[in-house]
Amino acid sequence: MIGGLFVYNHKGEVLISRVYRDDIGRNAVDAFRVNVIHARQQVRSPVTNIARTSFFHIKRANIWMAAVTKQNVNAAMVFEFMLKVIDVMQSYFGKISEENIKNNFVLIYELLDEILDFGYPQNTDTGVLKTFITQQGIKSQTKEEQAQITSQVTGQIGWRREGIKYRRNELFLDVLEYVNLLMSPQGQVLSAHVAGKVVMKSYLSGMPECKFGINDKIVMEAKGKGMTTEDPARSGKPVVVIDDCQFHQCVKLSKFETEHSISFIPPDGEFELMRYRTTKDISLPFRVIPLVREVGRTKMEVKVVLKSNFKQSLLGQKIEVKIPTPLNTSGVQLICLKGKAKYKASENAIVWKIKRMAGLKETQLSAEIELLETDTKKKWTRPPISMNFEVPFAPSGFKVRYLKVFESKLNYSDHDVIKWVRYIGRSGLYETRC
Amino acid sequence: MTDSKYFTTTKKGEIFELKSELNNDKKEKKKEAVKKVIASMTVGKDVSALFPDVVNCMQTDNLELKKLVYLYLMNYAKSQPDMAIMAVNTFVKDCEDPNPLIRALAVRTMGCIRVDKITEYLCEPLRKCLKDEDPYVRKTAAVCVAKLYDINSSMVEDQGFLDQLKDLLSDSNPMVVANAVAALSEINESSSSGSPLVEMTPQTVNKLLTALNECTEWGQVFILDSLANYSPRDEREAQSTCERITPRLAHANAAVVLSAVKVLMKFMEMLPSDSEFVTSLTKKLAPPLVTLLSSEPEVQYVALRNINLIVQKRPDILKHEMKVFFVKYNDPIYVKLEKLDIMIRLASQANVAQVLSELKEYATEVDVDFVRKAVRAIGRCAIKVEQSAERCVSTLLDLIQTKVNYVVQEAIVVIKDIFRKYPNKYESIISTLCENLDTLDEPEARASMIWIIGEYAERIDNADELLESFLEGFADENSQVQLQLLTAIVKLFLKRPSDTQELVQQVLSLATQDSDNPDLRDRGFIYWRLLSTDPAAAKEVVLAEKPLISEETDLLEPTLLDELICHISSLASVYHKPPSAFVEGRAGIRKSLPASARAGSEGVESTESQAAPAVIPAQDSLIGDLLSMDIGGPTVAPVAAAPAAPFGSAAMDLLGGGLDTLLGETSSSPAPPSALAASSAALLGDIFGAPAASATYVAPKTTWLPAEKGKGLDISGSFVRRNGQLFMDLTFSNKAMQPMLGFAIQFNKNSFGITPASPLQVQSPLPPGVAADASLPLATTGPVQKMEPLTTLQVAVKNNVDVMYFACQIPMHALFVEDGQMDKRVFLATWKEIPAQNEVQYTITNVMHSADTVVSRMQQNNVFTIAKRNVEGQDMLYQSLKLTNGIWVLNELKIQPGNPNITLSLKSRTPNVAEGVFQAYDNILHG
Repeated sequence: MIGGLFVYNHKGEVLISRVYRDDIGRNAVDAFRVNVIHARQQVRSPVTNIARTSFFHIKRANIWMAAVTKQNVNAAMVFEFMLKVIDVMQSYFGKISEENIKNNFVLIYELLDEILDFGYPQNTDTGVLKTFITQQGIKSQTKEEQAQITSQVTGQIGWRREGIKYRRNELFLDVLEYVNLLMSPQGQVLSAHVAGKVVMKSYLSGMPECKFGINDKIVMEAKGKGMTTEDPARSGKPVVVIDDCQFHQCVKLSKFETEHSISFIPPDGEFELMRYRTTKDISLPFRVIPLVREVGRTKMEVKVVLKSNFKQSLLGQKIEVKIPTPLNTSGVQLICLKGKAKYKASENAIVWKIKRMAGLKETQLSAEIELLETDTKKKWTRPPISMNFEVPFAPSGFKVRYLKVFESKLNYSDHDVIKWVRYIGRSGLYETRC
Repeated sequence: MTDSKYFTTTKKGEIFELKSELNNDKKEKKKEAVKKVIASMTVGKDVSALFPDVVNCMQTDNLELKKLVYLYLMNYAKSQPDMAIMAVNTFVKDCEDPNPLIRALAVRTMGCIRVDKITEYLCEPLRKCLKDEDPYVRKTAAVCVAKLYDINSSMVEDQGFLDQLKDLLSDSNPMVVANAVAALSEINESSSSGSPLVEMTPQTVNKLLTALNECTEWGQVFILDSLANYSPRDEREAQSTCERITPRLAHANAAVVLSAVKVLMKFMEMLPSDSEFVTSLTKKLAPPLVTLLSSEPEVQYVALRNINLIVQKRPDILKHEMKVFFVKYNDPIYVKLEKLDIMIRLASQANVAQVLSELKEYATEVDVDFVRKAVRAIGRCAIKVEQSAERCVSTLLDLIQTKVNYVVQEAIVVIKDIFRKYPNKYESIISTLCENLDTLDEPEARASMIWIIGEYAERIDNADELLESFLEGFADENSQVQLQLLTAIVKLFLKRPSDTQELVQQVLSLATQDSDNPDLRDRGFIYWRLLSTDPAAAKEVVLAEKPLISEETDLLEPTLLDELICHISSLASVYHKPPSAFVEGRAGIRKSLPASARAGSEGVESTESQAAPAVIPAQDSLIGDLLSMDIGGPTVAPVAAAPAAPFGSAAMDLLGGGLDTLLGETSSSPAPPSALAASSAALLGDIFGAPAASATYVAPKTTWLPAEKGKGLDISGSFVRRNGQLFMDLTFSNKAMQPMLGFAIQFNKNSFGITPASPLQVQSPLPPGVAADASLPLATTGPVQKMEPLTTLQVAVKNNVDVMYFACQIPMHALFVEDGQMDKRVFLATWKEIPAQNEVQYTITNVMHSADTVVSRMQQNNVFTIAKRNVEGQDMLYQSLKLTNGIWVLNELKIQPGNPNITLSLKSRTPNVAEGVFQAYDNILHG
């Protein structure tokens, strides 16, 4: 299991050092600094073996976090745990930075003591941790409170405490999708997938049981068969083919496996209910058509056509197209029909921004790029044109059919709960090669 | 208020200052001081001198302060054991505290203090805490048992903590169960006896599966990892366990998913591979694996390393998912490299076009390592998918045109491999390659180019000039290049003897006289003598047809792969090495897939033994060298025995004018120092003579028909194989009083359809008291009937006296045919295909041969070595043989230096031949 956990700043100075196992000596802290942080050649793997000791590291902003072990540990678990530690720290004190870590080192040690015991990860749920690791001390707790804390830390529903009360029972569902695309210059889709997630904010009293329904193909087909009379309205409804989905730990996985129903007792506040991935019938909101012509050795002409491909009534927002330029660019002349375009020398790219664009529209940008004559033989590799956007629908076709709330002990019913659903489609890695 | 100020401290008198602050009466001051101490400790300063003062702060009701003091204690207790005793009382008192959080904290910390005297006091509180009413305390106590075991294992066993821990497996709280499982697994792994202390039963498994649904994500990982060590009793249990684990594949935590995949991959081995359940499970495995690719890059990396294993074990799972492994522009480099590997593994005729266009794209990126790997991947594609070879070659040519130095070099290295796979197909591009000669500065690329020039010397007009240009800086070249240059020039000379004589003499003298490298010198001498003795033989050796290279260049060895499958998600799977390779001390119990019957013997042999350093190259690699295959890259398929040069006494005539006769003109014949001549004669004798000495094993003749039963005719005989033909060698002795005549022979139907290929030729009449030998050629086209035992042959011999019947045993090795060498790829596939119940094991005792001797001995008897690997000091040989009736037999031999016993695992679709094959191995290796 994990033998120790170290946090360093970008210079390699130790900010946090916690050793859990006897087989990890003090020199381990230095070994990582010397062989990874200060390594002459950048280390090319997140797992490094130095003298039979394995170091896992992740780097976020300027902070290095390393887990060290001498055993054959579960590597996926170590990384997942480290990512979780970062999550926990962020929810306690915000951004991960040297300053914040130094300011909260006592708290971090307390957390590390709680969530990792002898190298075995324990309950890492922030909601639960916050009930008893507070930096205020817990002297004033009554016996009942203490028992409640411990039963929650270890309990079957470790993510929700009893006795939550709201005057207004309300819940918000955000369906957030990231469209990923790789398109060839000729407009052929090389790969496309949607990584979606359903984020829920729940403000519900008691211990409510929720049931969540979506237009998943398997469920819909099963339903279709079950009905005796064919419902004409339903048969025309679009369904989504989900390749794979994952759920928050509150969802009863075995029930999903057998009945394909998503039921759960939600944590209080915001959480990620499910993640899913689809690859079929994705409606790609935008299409980029590049045209690059090299005119001699010192000039290039670039024309980029942007088409929006969704309902006319909807508006795409925060549109940004990034067209890479060669390193030896000396000047760029730009003409665009819509939005603003600028050449950014620091990024080696033309950045074209459009605030809003309705569906089924087309616009274009043309640029003349002047190049410095260079003697380097190295060819410019033409990185892909990437783009960002946000659209108010789910490109995968994902739809929330219902979310029912049952709370048997308190007397409020499903109808009394105010529910909000919102769909947002964003660009993931949305690239067109040119 | 911020804590960062504690990191900045005044240097002088710091410890003293802290000491007085620690003894301050005000609580706040104390706390401040302890924080400062911890901060100093973090940055690596030695603050152990403050031990008594810090421990004094321990008795407090401020939990935050207490935790800080405990942290300090855990760090320094070991260096101050006597002082640490001062803390015991507080610990024991805290273990009785009404607040469960404090009880747990105390027992948690106490376990981390590795001081004997404290450990003694730990037992009682721990026993109580294991039965505490609060689950939080129990789950902490469970882990504490593992801590105690690490400090003092006998104490845990003596005090009965193991049983208490086992009881916790039935605890009502899932998290207690999970921690108990984690602790038990660790104890089992590190148990000194090497066998698990606590065996899992179906009942405990059932409890674990129930807890699995309810505990935290980490708890699920603990449970799944320990389930992976369990072997279900039968198929039904394996299947029902799989069914209960499958839902975990939808968990958001990648570790849970991968651990579930591990258990499923392992248990699937127990189920019939064609069952509907396995098919549907295989389908279910793909989506979660693909989803792992959208997690954080570090997790992706672990996932990709594991997918690499899974793809090798079960290629079907991801065969349609090629696209998801396409590299993204801003993937971190380690993810890119791994994806590339998997793309090649998944490349097939169906998707190769797509793969190629991607690879071409990658070859123009910036990162040098990545570009090189992409170029190499194009070459691997060509070798793997024959239909794509042409496109690959043209892609590589395009890349060479870019003139980017490292791209060109890498391309030339892979083109060399393509030439080796498809000889005489793409030579038209040689001229393009030659244009880039000057830019090559890496040894591997230079050696490859030289190999190409030598191999195709007859088609390159200025081959001599090209090679000569390399020769100028011979002494400065890397030894790989030197060896290659030597061979290439010899090849050139053999192909165009008229105008390259000077060149060859130059290189031979450079190699033999001016070099310190023994390999180079030896090779030089061998060539020299070959050329001077018998140029025709030299031609046969040097220009022999080379075996084609195979595509599966970097597949893991099957037993290692199986072991790694049992370690999915762990570090072993990331390194692709067994845990013993990177974990200190005993590696614990070696894991193997359930169905394989090999597990038993492996456990015993896993103790590390160092292989004797091989000074003398193995025979096959030596021949490989002679065939100039010393360039790295894809492994060479086992080399067939080099055509034996007709040597005989000619070997002695070392300085003879072979060269001159070949050239037909006078030249100063090269004269190596004569002192060396004698020894090198022996050397040549060793290389060419040794195989001749030990020929095919022939069993001594045995009496089949004694005279008393044969009415005076005594027959003894044996079976042999000569030049691919099976013979029955017979000796007829007439022990009767009158001459015998009119001999004839007939066989009954037998398992292998053996029948006489021609009538029996024996001296006739056979006078009394005379013995005559006869050799009867046999065919295998006769009627077949299964005999018991399989190798029984019933024979009838007739003469003028009577018809005599007898039965004899055909030694199995006589039935091994010459074309029994299986292609490496086919071997791997077949080995996997043949179900595990067809595997039979045998131990050949008392064999004092090295692996190489075994290889050559078996080879002479038509048992072919497909691959040889060294795994942790053991030599693993993979051999194939074919019987006359077309039955293939695949063998795996495990040879440990110093151990006279060889373990033989045999797989065949007709396992009843095993007995005979074992017998044959026994005979050949002992004969």
